[in-house]
Amino acid sequence: MAVNIGVLAIQGDVREHKNHLAQVGANPVEVRTLEDLSQVQGLIIPGGESTTIAMLMAEEGLIDQIQRRVWDEQFPVYGTCAGLILLSKDVIGSSPARLGLMDIVANRNAYGRQLASFETSLRIPALGDGPDFPAVFIRAPQIVRYGPEVIPLATFEGQVVMAEQGSLLTSAFHPEMSGDVRIHGYFVDKVRKILQV
Amino acid sequence: MEERQVGTFNVKAGLAEMLKGGVIMDVTTPEQAVIAEKAGAVSVMALERVPADIRAAGGVARMADPHIIKSIQQSVSIPVMAKVRIGHFVEAQVLEALEVDYIDESEVLTPADEQYHIDKWTFKIPFVCGARDLGEALRRIAEGAAMLRTKGEPGTGNVVEAVRHLRAVNAQVRQLVNTPDNELPDLAKELRAPLEIVRKVKELGRLPVVNFSAGGIASPADAALMMQLGADGIFVGSGVFKSKNPEAFARAIVRATLHYNDPKVIAEVSENIGEAMPGIEMATLTQADRMQDRGI
Repeated sequence: MAVNIGVLAIQGDVREHKNHLAQVGANPVEVRTLEDLSQVQGLIIPGGESTTIAMLMAEEGLIDQIQRRVWDEQFPVYGTCAGLILLSKDVIGSSPARLGLMDIVANRNAYGRQLASFETSLRIPALGDGPDFPAVFIRAPQIVRYGPEVIPLATFEGQVVMAEQGSLLTSAFHPEMSGDVRIHGYFVDKVRKILQV
Repeated sequence: MEERQVGTFNVKAGLAEMLKGGVIMDVTTPEQAVIAEKAGAVSVMALERVPADIRAAGGVARMADPHIIKSIQQSVSIPVMAKVRIGHFVEAQVLEALEVDYIDESEVLTPADEQYHIDKWTFKIPFVCGARDLGEALRRIAEGAAMLRTKGEPGTGNVVEAVRHLRAVNAQVRQLVNTPDNELPDLAKELRAPLEIVRKVKELGRLPVVNFSAGGIASPADAALMMQLGADGIFVGSGVFKSKNPEAFARAIVRATLHYNDPKVIAEVSENIGEAMPGIEMATLTQADRMQDRGI
C-alpha cells in the first residue's frame, strides 16, 4: 500500500524530498495547511531557514496539530537540518518557535557560516551493509546533548548527526541532496511499521 | 572515511536550494537586518545603500564598508550576502575573508571589468549572478555561479523588467528542452554558452541552479506575481526600506511569497501597509541609467 507522506512546503528543499519519496514508493504530498496535514500518515520537515519555517508553521496552526498527532497517534516526523532545530526540545542561543518533541539540545549553525558547509560520507548501520551515505551539511546544526530515549544512528567527528526517538527521526545533514534514497526508504518503513501496513 | 569536503559545487548550490520559496532583503544597518529577520526573510543582502539610493547618488558604486557587513553578520542568524562589482575579484576575496555566506556579483554596483566576470570556481564562497535571458544565465553558470537571479531593473520599484526577464528565461528553457539533441550544439553557439551546460538543462528540464527574481519588486502582489511566473524566490532591494512602513511591508512580502497562489491571503496582507516606494517609469531612464545592461 502506498502511504501518503507529507513534505512541509513552506520553504526550502521541498521538490527534492518529494522526488526521493516517490522513488521509495510513497505518495508525496505538499503540506501547507491543516487540511493538507490531515491527508498524510507521516511528515518530512525539510531544510531551509528555521526562523522562517517556524513562523509560518505557527501562523497556520501546524505546530499545535503536529504535536497533538505525535502525542495521540505516534505520528512519524522526520526533520532534516532546520527540521532538526524545529524538533528539538531546547536550542542554544536565539531560538524560533518549534515543535520541541525530541529530547535533544540543538546548536544552530554549529559548524559556522557557509564557508564551513561541507560534504562527507557517513557510516549508518541502521541502513544495513551498503556503502557509506553521502551526507551534505549546509550551515548545519549539531545535537549537543540527548536524552536516554534518543537512539543515535550516525556520528561525525564524535558528534551525533542522525537520531531517532519513537516515531521521530532527525538528521543534521540533507539526505535529499544526493541520489541515495535509503534514508527516505528507512523513514517510509518506519511509517509502515507504525501503521502496521 | 570521515573527511570534510568544503566549497564543493554541491555545497555552494545547496545553500541556495535551502532559500527556495523565501525572500532575501537588502539592508544597510543591523537594525534593518533584525527587522528583515523578524519578518521572516531567509537571508539579507548587506549594502551601503539600497539600489534606489545608488541610482540617486550617481558616481561609482563599490562593495560596502566591511564594518557594515560585519555589524550585520553579528546582528542576525540568517545567512548574510553582500555585493561586489562585476569582475572585481579582489572585492570578492575581501568578502570571502569576511566569511559572508553568498557573494552577489551585481550590476547594481559599477562594473570593474567590461569583458570578464569573476572566475567563481576559484572561490569557496558561492556566488549569485544576474541574467536577463538564458544565454546570460548559462554563461554565469559556466563561470561558477551557484545561484541565479533574473535582473529586472533595480531601484525602480517597477516590476516590468523583472517580468520580462523571467518570462524570457523560462521561454528559452522550454524551447531548449524541446530542441532535438543534434541541434543542441548550434543552440549552444547561439546562446554563447557551453554545450555541456545546455545538455544539462535539457536533461533536467530546468536550470541546473536556483533562480530567484529581482529588480523592481515593490509590493506583495509583485512578489506573488514573480512566484506564479516560476521564480524560486524573491530578492527585494529598495522595496522594503524605501516604503513608508518597512516592518509591515517586509512581513507582507514574505507572506505573499509563501502563499503566492492564494489571492485571499495576498489581499489580506496588502491591506493597510502604507505606501510602497515611489516608482520610476522605464521610458524615463536613459541608456546610462539602465543597470540591467551591465555585465552581459
